[in-house]
Order: sequence, then structure tokens, then C-alpha cells
Amino acid sequence: MEFSELIRTGRAEALLLPGPGQSTVRGTLCITSHHLLLSAGHGSPSDLWLLLHNVDAVEKRVAGNSGTITLKCKDLQVLQLEIEGLGETLDIASSIEALSSLESVTTSYPFFFRPQSLRLGDAEDLYPPDHFYQQVALETDAWRLSTVNRDFQVCASYPPALVVPRGIGDEVLARSAHFRQGGRFPVLSYYHSTNGTVMLRSSQPLQGANRRRCAEDEELLRAALALGGQRGLVLDTRSAQAVKQARITGGGTEAKAAYPGWKRLHRPLERGRPLQDSFVRLVEACTDPSLSMDRWLSRLDGCRWLTHVKEALTTACLVAQGMDREGVCFLVHGAEGTDATLLVTSLAQLILDPKCRTMHGFQSLLEREWIQAGHPFQQRCAHSAYAQGRPKHEAPTFLLFLDCVWQLSRQFPLSLEFGEGMLLALFEHAYASPFGTFLCNSEKERYLCEVKTKTHSLWSSLNQSKERQRFCNPIYSPNPLALWPSVEPQSLQLWAGKVSFPVPLPALSIGSALTGFLPTPNSRPFPPMDSST
Amino acid sequence: MEHIRTTKVEQVKLLDRFSTSNKSLTGTLYLTATHLLFIDSLQKETWILHHHIAAVEKLALTTSGCPLVIQCKNFRIVHFIVPRERDCHDIYNSLLQLSRQAKYEDLYAFSYNPKQNESERVQGWQLIDLTEEYRRMGIPSLSWQLSDANRDYKICETYPRDLYVPKTANKPIIVGSSKFRSKGRFPVLSYYHQDKEAAICRCSQPLSGFSARCLEDEHMLQAISKANPSNRYMYVMDTRPKPRMQSWWASKKDIGRIVVRISSKIWRDEKIRESDEKARLNAMANRAAGKGYENEDNYSNIRFQFVGIENIHVMRSSLQKLLEVNGTRALSVNDFFSGLESSGWLRHIKAVLDAAVFLAKAIVVESASVLVHCSDGWDRTSQVCSLGALLLDSYYRTIKGFMVLIEKDWISFGHKFSDRCGHLDGDPKEVSPVFTQFLECVWHLTEQFPQAFEYNEVFLLQIHEHVHSCQFGNFLGNCQKEREDLKLKEKTYSLWPFLLDDQEKYLNPLYCPSSQKFTVLEPNTVPFNFKFWRNMYHQFDRTMHPRQSVFKLIMNMNDQNKQLEKEIKELESKIKHQKNRQTDTVLNKESLRSIHSDSPALKPSLCFKKEQTLLPGNDAIRTIEGSNTADNRYSEYAEEFSKTEPAVVSLEYGVARMTC
Repeated sequence: MEFSELIRTGRAEALLLPGPGQSTVRGTLCITSHHLLLSAGHGSPSDLWLLLHNVDAVEKRVAGNSGTITLKCKDLQVLQLEIEGLGETLDIASSIEALSSLESVTTSYPFFFRPQSLRLGDAEDLYPPDHFYQQVALETDAWRLSTVNRDFQVCASYPPALVVPRGIGDEVLARSAHFRQGGRFPVLSYYHSTNGTVMLRSSQPLQGANRRRCAEDEELLRAALALGGQRGLVLDTRSAQAVKQARITGGGTEAKAAYPGWKRLHRPLERGRPLQDSFVRLVEACTDPSLSMDRWLSRLDGCRWLTHVKEALTTACLVAQGMDREGVCFLVHGAEGTDATLLVTSLAQLILDPKCRTMHGFQSLLEREWIQAGHPFQQRCAHSAYAQGRPKHEAPTFLLFLDCVWQLSRQFPLSLEFGEGMLLALFEHAYASPFGTFLCNSEKERYLCEVKTKTHSLWSSLNQSKERQRFCNPIYSPNPLALWPSVEPQSLQLWAGKVSFPVPLPALSIGSALTGFLPTPNSRPFPPMDSST
Repeated sequence: MEHIRTTKVEQVKLLDRFSTSNKSLTGTLYLTATHLLFIDSLQKETWILHHHIAAVEKLALTTSGCPLVIQCKNFRIVHFIVPRERDCHDIYNSLLQLSRQAKYEDLYAFSYNPKQNESERVQGWQLIDLTEEYRRMGIPSLSWQLSDANRDYKICETYPRDLYVPKTANKPIIVGSSKFRSKGRFPVLSYYHQDKEAAICRCSQPLSGFSARCLEDEHMLQAISKANPSNRYMYVMDTRPKPRMQSWWASKKDIGRIVVRISSKIWRDEKIRESDEKARLNAMANRAAGKGYENEDNYSNIRFQFVGIENIHVMRSSLQKLLEVNGTRALSVNDFFSGLESSGWLRHIKAVLDAAVFLAKAIVVESASVLVHCSDGWDRTSQVCSLGALLLDSYYRTIKGFMVLIEKDWISFGHKFSDRCGHLDGDPKEVSPVFTQFLECVWHLTEQFPQAFEYNEVFLLQIHEHVHSCQFGNFLGNCQKEREDLKLKEKTYSLWPFLLDDQEKYLNPLYCPSSQKFTVLEPNTVPFNFKFWRNMYHQFDRTMHPRQSVFKLIMNMNDQNKQLEKEIKELESKIKHQKNRQTDTVLNKESLRSIHSDSPALKPSLCFKKEQTLLPGNDAIRTIEGSNTADNRYSEYAEEFSKTEPAVVSLEYGVARMTC
């Protein structure tokens, strides 16, 4: 496909209207295959580089011989461009629309982005698949690394290497996978080294209306429980009612009689459409400066975002507490086991494990519990809060996770090695990025698209010393204890950094006063090295 | 004391306020003449000053004993269970008596003895000198002077003796104006902005009927307006909500709403304002026709501005609602926000701050003088004047300056602290959280401008604590005359020197006094920026607070830096010393040893020692590394783990079936 076919006008004279954190730029606007460039010439520092994939919605308005294009971006910034010429305005708007909605992975920008400071494949050995197993193996030899999924035959959304009980053979795993939705059989997610309890995750068992059972699946969980402790708890992230409904369509949950030692607990967490709606309504409320105090509070209440934050944190705390204090093993799953499940398992690890709170450990946690575990980033982050039209698979689960981490960082400001800037950067990169890290929905797709060999990894960029310094928490001091956050509504805060405001924000936040002036992470973190243009 | 029947009760339980599983601590309750003290089995002490008690409630007897709930004015709520009902009843009665004194002389301040000698005490009272403060603003000046009209509180009992008025306002004008104003509170200077030559003045509402006018009062306002050469018009800011004003206009009822008419010219101006839209259209038409605007001189000397701050009764019930919501156990996020909304508390805070922003803008942008009033001119007027000055003048953002501000706009101008805080057993309808709102507005400013304030949140909390504690004389009584009659300066101590002695605790480590950026604060008052002040309203609910404090860390680092710098100096001087005495080698060794013992590595607890001496009011920002699951509510799900499995029988579609 030729990008040039989609670019109807490549050039126009334009003016960027000032917004929060932006200054007015007047200059030449250029549309390339992946970027919108507005330059006053001579490479001035105020030049605007916008990755077109970041554009969530384009609004155009024409008046007389000029027009205004409003670009609402996935990272929630809003840009207003005044463009000379009626035809140019319309052409540029439709070019942006066409280029920003391209779905092909292999023609996306990460496949063309070639920064000088990085080499392809740098990150290959940064978090190898067996990295997690090596750590577990240091503590115990009761678990083994299984390669039953090496060609993605057993489970399309799992990585090739998985950690399972040593006594369980690959054929048992394969049978268990048949019994689980999408083949996501129970695997080890976290080994709590202080008391040897474990956290597993999976998808729902395909119990169905006639209550099917699977001997191999039962054997697998029995073996896991024998290794981890006496008591087990299946934490289902759906309500009991939702489980009943799922049973009608072939899903379900673990029957108590079939899994001795395992009890069940329902902690319903929001997902999918309602979560996306909540996000959209939150952003609407935050970007409406005309609200009165009462309207603002009722809109904030109505969007229920902080309720979701509270529920997610509470559930993760519950799991962490069960493991740490009660010696209970956990199996966490919902339906597919790719959204709320990962939210809970990753947060619980952050709470319990000091290693996850370092820069390196956090990246490794994200790589393992989100990217390799098969959170469908491409589907979930296809659109952000501004997109028109009905959402299909979009849901800000990952953003909810980042918000929960931010809440932890508010309550334990010294205990995380990374700062708020890192969380914001992750949010942006998840939605639109020059790096390949968040591309595709699973390891299998990444393998097929050769993402690892043809794109750069976000991690290797973040770990360059300059970037690293920018995202580090300057007051980090390692805390060996578990973090038990307060989940009272009075203790939760709205994460302001998430929304770019139509009104200027207070002069300086405490965070930026500490780190020196932190540039607001915006459209131009990396100069494009576009080989296609 | 005669009120105390039982001084000690053992085996008392202190319930966790937010726990849903009746978690409790057992300990001993002591009742002293001034405090209620609870010491739990871990020897942790909880002190409650009798004057802090807002309400005591004895609930219905339970199997474990008699519950006693105490609500404090500093938002602490404790829930005791006393094993024997008779003890509970005794304590309840004693606390009722002790927390509601009928006479000022029985308040704690009159018996409090901090072991200061007499001269220190007198010096303490002289710490804040308002004459000095007006001199700092450049008063007396060419156009403003000290008036001795109220020397003997003859004109206004609730004003201080020293008042500053325009030079052109002579005694007859003052007397006449005071008769026209409620409680005799005529317009006087509150703050003078030297650069803009504009003033903040304050007064009470005029006692005009619809048609009555008072020439002296009109002269007074004209004098204020004239005292500002840089602007021909001035603002009169009525801080009360407008709808009421309109209903007054409609009903033409007597007593006291604003009709301030300087001259018939202004009267005309008011009419023009009423048809503002029309005037604007005319002006537009004029401009279109090339005639320009009409000369402002002709009709605008005074601009009226209404800002809707509600009265003390609305504020009292708003806070009441807020506390009810927050006291709920197992509060959901939705209930929290809808409760926050329906209490209206943040709306009121925003209204006060908006008024202050308007005031500051009128002075900085338009160089216009502003006269602020509400009904009596001691509640809303104090809020707006003091916050306006705080926005304008960075001096008030220092520790000393903030004390001066409170002393000037609140204490001396007769904010009725004793009535509003319920120091004595009096009319509960007079109680209102007006000063608390002021502190909360300041807190919101410190949140928006973390580098602009020398003091931190703890300072505000500590002042709030002592406004209600009756431990110091500053806030007793309702006006200066009353304080003089009580001889507070001879019989009690002033709070300010004690705060200054402890000022290290109240310093904001991020304070950046040199930055010119912060001379005038321009806060953003979109609703997004208003937050619930957890550290005030849940000050004592330890579990709700962040477990680690950045502020504390920076303070500690600063301390350590200072310590190290001191050591560098010491070492340098020692090196110098050594060079002078090179021959003596024995001493050299010794001094090395002494250097070693001084080294900071050996005294790591230096900065932590201070934490332990914090007053109870400072619980808010304590450092808890890690913390405990037992502190948090999710721990109560722990029951899920330990419960024995019941054979659950559920009805599904009318058929009883074992769920497995």
C-alpha cells in the first residue's frame, strides 16, 4: 500500500493555537505517512511533531477562506490548527483521518522508526521468556518451565514458555487447556518467597450448563495447591450472577466438589464497554471548564471511575493479604483472563514484591503480566476517550492499572523507583508509540509480524540513561515491606496528569518542583526517522 | 473539681471508627480537670481536651457495656465502651459539665501554665504589633491616617481602638457613618496596597430603609474613593448571595440591605447598571457612530459587586452534613461524592475563594479600592479581606505574616471567636465554621502554589486546634474590648510565641521566597481544583493517610544538610587550629576522635527524634513505613478465608439445589 495515495495535500500554511503547555506556532504544516509536522522553519524547538496514530478524532470547521482542525489525541491532548485555504483544510483533515485509522500492523510507524541511539534487537535479552522462571527457580525447584506452547498451538494468547508445577506433564497441560476458554490453562503468575504461597491465573473453565469436569485440570490445580500451601481460593473477577450467565454460553467457574481445598470468592470488577464509557465520561467531565461545583461532583460521581479504581485496588489488596498473612494460594480468573485478571495479579505483585517496584522490575512485570500474558493491547487501545462511534473492543484496563499504581505512588511516595512521568509515558505509548512493545494482541501475533526483530523496544529506550533519569523517582528508597494502601474514598485522588486541561494548571506541582521542570510528555519525544518518506 | 465523680475507669474499649468488625483496643480511661485520657494496653495515649469536645453521646446499653461517643471540634471522634453503666453515666455527666463552661474564667487558658516567666509572657503578647503592620503597608500616608475616634470604644464596641481612615474623613463623618452602619461598624482600612495605592476597606451593612440616605456615609465612601488617586471608581463588594438582595428589592423591607448612594449621580448610575445590557448596546452604537464611550467620570464612582457566600447557618449545616457522610462506615466512592456534593461544602469554599480572587483582581488589575461587607462585617468580610490580602501580599504567606493577618483581620476586627467556636455554653446557632473555611481556603492555595508559602499544612491544623482549645488567650472573647475586660494579656498566654518556637515543624521545605512569580497569587478556581481536605477532617483517622511523607523526607534532608554544613565548618576551623599548633601530635589524635563522635553517621536518629515530640495535632503527616493490613478495611474480607464452609443451599428458578 502506498501512503501517498492517502495524502491528498501534503503541505499547507497553518497556525497552532495555544493550549495548555503549548505555545503558538505559525508555520508550514506537513503531512507525512506517519506524522503531522508543523514547523516555523530552522528546526525551532517549538515545532510540533505529532504521530498520526495518536489522533483519536478529527473535527473540522470551515469559515470563509480558512478552516480550523481540532485534533483530539489518544493521549488526551487537544490541538487546534488554523489552516489557510478551504480546500487545504478539507484535504488535510481527510488525510489525517485516513492515515490515523490505518489498522495494518506491519506498515505502522514502529516498523519504520530507526533511532540512531538504539540497535534493533537490543531488548531481546532484556526480559527473556524464562527470566521469570530463573527467579522462581532460585527459591524452589517445585516448578518447571514448560514449552508445550512453543508453537502457540495450545494457547494462542500465551507466550511459548510457561511456569507450571514440576509434576505435571505437557499432555496434562494440553488437556487442561482444552477445558479453559482460549486455552488459557492455570499457570504460575507469582511465587511469594516469604511463605511459598503462589498466585495462578487462567481463563474460565468451560463448565457449561451440564457442569462438565476435566480430570487433568483438577490434577493441575491439586498439584499447584500441594506445592503452595493447604488452602486455595479461586478469585473470580465476575459476580456470581455473571458466572451463572456464563455457564449458559459454555463458561463457568470451578465447581467446589471437583477441586478439594479450593474455595471460591467473587469480586466483580468492571471491564469492557462499561469501563470504556466510564473513561469517556470522566474525560468529558474533566475537559468541561463551565461546570459548577455541584455539577462537577455529580459528574465525577456519575462516571464511577474512582469506584473502579477502588474496586481494583481492594481486590488486589485482598489477594495480597490472603497470600501474605493467611497463607492462601490464589487462582485468579474472570472470563477470558486477559483483562481484570491481569489487573489483579499485577497489582497484587506490586503490593507484595519490592522487586516489582524498581524501574527494571516494573518493566519486567509489565512485560510478563500484560504484554506476554496476552492483554490485547491493539484491540483495547485502538481508541481512547474522544473517538466517535460505538466502541468495539476498546477498554482502558491498562489505564486503570496505571491509575491504581499512581494511587500507590501517592500513598507511598518513596517506595516506587519510577515517577508519575513514567506512568504517563506508558499510557501514551500503549495508545500510540514509535516502539513495537505494545503492538498486537498476543505473543503469537507479534511473532508473526516479526515485531521483535523489526521494531525497537520501548524498554531499551527507557533504559538509556537520559530517559531513565527523566522517569525515575528522585526520592526513591527501597522499602522491603508490603505496601498496604488505604482504599477509603477519602484516600483516593483523581489523577490530574491523565487529562490535558482546557484551562492552565497551577504553576508548579510538587512533583515538578522536586525533579526540576519536567517537560510535559507530549507529541515530540522522539524525532522521526521515517524511511518511507 | 466538683464535676468529676469518677477519675479512672478500667477495661474500657476504644472502638475503631471505621471498622465494620468492631475491632477495639482495651485500656484505662482517666478523667482530669482539663483532659480525658485513654491509655491502651500498648501504653499509647489519647488525650482529649475538654474544650475540644463538641458533643458527648451515651448510646443504648449493649452486652459488652455502655457506649460513649465523643465528637471533637478538631474532628476527632472516639467511641468508647465502658463496662459499667454507672461509670459511663458519671463520665458522661462530668464531660457535659466540663465541656460547657459558663464563664470565661473557667476556661483552660486561665489555669494553663507553660512555665514561662512573667517577662516572657508579656513579650509574647507584644510579638504581633498591628501598628507596625500598618507601617509596613505604608500607613499612615498622605491620604490615610490613624483615627482616635474609637479610642475608648465609644463609636464601635467590636472594633479595635486603633482604626485607619482616609485623611479627609473627619470625626463627624466617622460618627455619622457609624450610626448608619449595623453595630456601628463603619468603613475602615483593612489592607493598603502601596504600589497600586488601592485599599481594602471593610464595614457592616448600612441600616438604610429603602429611601433613607446618610450623607456622612456617602462622604465616607467618597473619601475612600478619593484616597486612591490611581482610579476614579471603587468597588463595593457585598459578600451575600444575590437572590436575597433581589427579594429585598422586591419586598422593600426595612433594615439593612445595601443602598449606598454617594450622590444622586450614583443613583443614576445604579439605574444604568440595572439596564446594563441596554447601556452596553448604546455604547456599542455610539462607538459604531464614532462617538466612543461616554465619559466614565459622569456616572461611575462606585461599582457594586455581589458574591454569593452563604450565611453562618448554611455553613454550619453544610459542615454537619459533610461530617455525617465522612463518618459513615464502609463508605462507597459514590456515596462519598454524592455526599460531598449534597453537603455543598466545596461549593461554599469555592465561593469564598472566588470572592477573594475578585477582590485581588480589582486591586491588581484595576487599581481600584474595594469596600467589603456582609451583614455584620465580621464573618464573610473577614474571610474575603484576609484571603484577598493573602493573595496580594507575600508577607502573609510567611509564618509571622500569617499570624499578623489573623491578628488583624480576625481577632482585632472582632470575628466572634468565642461564639463561633462555642467556647462557652451558649447559643448553638451562633456556632459556625467560618474560620475553618478560611483555613481550608488557605490550604487550597498551598496545594495550588506549593512553593509560595513558608508554612505547611501542619501549621494550619495547629492553629485550628488552638482556636478551639481555649489553651491560649488569643481567641477567647468576641472582640478586643471583651478581651481587655477579661484582662487576657495579664492572665493568659499568647499562642504565637509557642508556634514560633516550634516553627521548624511548620516550615514548608519547598518554600521559595525569592521567586518573583509568586508576588500575587492567581489561583485557578475551576471545580476540578477543589479537593476534600482529608488531613483536616480525618486528621485522627490514621489509616486514611499516605504512609510515607515527601515533606518529612525533605525536612529530614534539610536537617541533615544543615548538620553536615555545621560539621564542615567545625572541621575547617579545627584544621586551621591544627595548622597553628602543628607540633602537638597527641592532641591531634584526640581531636580526631572527637570529630569521629560528632559524625552524622553515628547519630542517624537525629532527625527522627523530633518526630516523637510532635504534638497530638501532628498525627496527620506521620511516617508509617509499610503499615499494616489490619489498618485497612479490605482486611475485613479476611473472614472469607477463615470461615468454615457452609453447605449453601440456594434457590434457583424455584428449585432448591446444592451449589457446589
